[in-house]
Amino acid sequence: MTIFDIFTNQLLNGIVLGSFYALVALGYTMVFGVVKLLNFAHGELYMVGGFAGFLLLSFLAPYLGPGWFGVAVSMVLAMIAVGFLGVVIERVAYAPMLSAPRLSILITALAVSLVLQNGMLTLTKGQYVPFGAALGFGGVRLGSLFISYNQMVLVGVAGALMLGLELFVSRTQYGRAMRAIAVDKDMSRLMGINVNAVIAVTFFLGSALAAAAGTMAGAYYGSLWYFMGFLIGLKAFTAAVIGGIGSIPGAMLGGLILGLLESFGTQLPGVGSEWKDVFSFSVLILVLVFKPTGLLGKPEQERM
Amino acid sequence: MSLLELKGVSLSFAGSRVLDAVDFSVPAGAIVSLIGPNGAGKTSLFNCITGFYKPQQGSVRLDGTETLRMKPHQVTRLGIARTFQNVRLFREMSVRENVMAGQHCRTGAGVIDAILRLPAQRREEAATRDFAEACLRFVGITEGWDREATTLPYGWQRRVEIARALATQPKLLLLDEPAAGLTSGEKEELIGLIGRIRDERGIAVLLIEHDTSLVMRISERISVLDHGVMIAEGTPREIQSNQKVIEAYLGVEEDALDL
Repeated sequence: MTIFDIFTNQLLNGIVLGSFYALVALGYTMVFGVVKLLNFAHGELYMVGGFAGFLLLSFLAPYLGPGWFGVAVSMVLAMIAVGFLGVVIERVAYAPMLSAPRLSILITALAVSLVLQNGMLTLTKGQYVPFGAALGFGGVRLGSLFISYNQMVLVGVAGALMLGLELFVSRTQYGRAMRAIAVDKDMSRLMGINVNAVIAVTFFLGSALAAAAGTMAGAYYGSLWYFMGFLIGLKAFTAAVIGGIGSIPGAMLGGLILGLLESFGTQLPGVGSEWKDVFSFSVLILVLVFKPTGLLGKPEQERM
Repeated sequence: MSLLELKGVSLSFAGSRVLDAVDFSVPAGAIVSLIGPNGAGKTSLFNCITGFYKPQQGSVRLDGTETLRMKPHQVTRLGIARTFQNVRLFREMSVRENVMAGQHCRTGAGVIDAILRLPAQRREEAATRDFAEACLRFVGITEGWDREATTLPYGWQRRVEIARALATQPKLLLLDEPAAGLTSGEKEELIGLIGRIRDERGIAVLLIEHDTSLVMRISERISVLDHGVMIAEGTPREIQSNQKVIEAYLGVEEDALDL
């Protein structure tokens, strides 16, 4: 393998990993935008999404097959189911806390995270669960670089979902209402915007994107674990902060940067893959020190 | 019957009375001003009308419908819109988007339509855009629609805010000190605009304003609030010669002189 081969291979790995981070980071950043809440349970929605996709696929595989078609249908259904779960969590756990001090709601989010994690621990007895998709090993060879169809589909679907979200936010009344609420909640109410309904839509979309990432990760890596949401939750949070929390393009950019950084970082001489988390969180610290608003974030304007 | 009817509205904050049994009404299609010294409770009264504050007593009716237990967005849907004393446009959104956001409660396409971007949603989006542009033209802003709203000159921002309020398709428009910070030329334009809002759109206008000559020129009725009590109501001519009103304002001036 030449340096160039290593470069292209890691570029590909970084983009795949970055797609997962970006999809999860979007939920973080959207929810932060409208309710100023760091939803630390968001990584668990990725995990639950993975298991929901697995469960749906095991029902659907006899009819639709365990290939990409079956996985795609399972993913869409898992997105809807987990989207509603996100709305229920918001209604039950967060809505009553919205006017309480910021710390209370943060602790609530940690509690929700523990409930989901331990719930899944009980159901799966802590075992790894094989996802059961059969996606094949085909792909395209470009010189020494091998791009599997799975990687292409995964990056393509992630890109399409992000594009869809961007269109939703920039070109629809609900998207505009989301941005309006992010700026000034009280005024949005006076302009006839049903703030609670828009918050519910935001949680639905954020959770659905996490579920999409969870299902695709399960199908791609082949197994699920009750603890799989924890680290990606932290990474996605890091990605959102790097990009500028509250900024949707920022979350996509942050996810991609983080994915690339991790895959390239492990190639440095004397550095193994066990160091990749160190890279991510070092970058987080650097961003917080030198550009606390993130790469695409705007400084918060406090209103008197 | 009056378009807006307040009866015995009382509002207290932590034991201090801000509004005391206020009776107040705005006839359909009228231009009414609410005046009074600083701290008289004028903006609080606006907040009670829009459902933002919940008075402890009294009733607020629009077209006969009690709004007291409604949420602000429901009151807006019912037909009340407002602007703010210090302009509050949505940051990081263009002029056009600000006005489009005002139409939220008038658009019917649901979330599912929006997510899937169905044809109905696209048509509605186009109609929303057209209506927003019509509102902007109505207030005299014919260019710069794609600029970030908060980068516009102050006088323009005030007009964008009026356009956004008009986009909610109100029956009653509340303007909180619309002339504050405007040049005399802009004030003349504002007077013309308020007249056209009523004449061409049939929208009743209720304004809080400190510029007395402007108030006297455009109002059909004036109500005077002092220390949370409605002390006078009448035509501009009646108000100018009302003894209580003169005392209320003189009292304030004496306070001001002490400073």
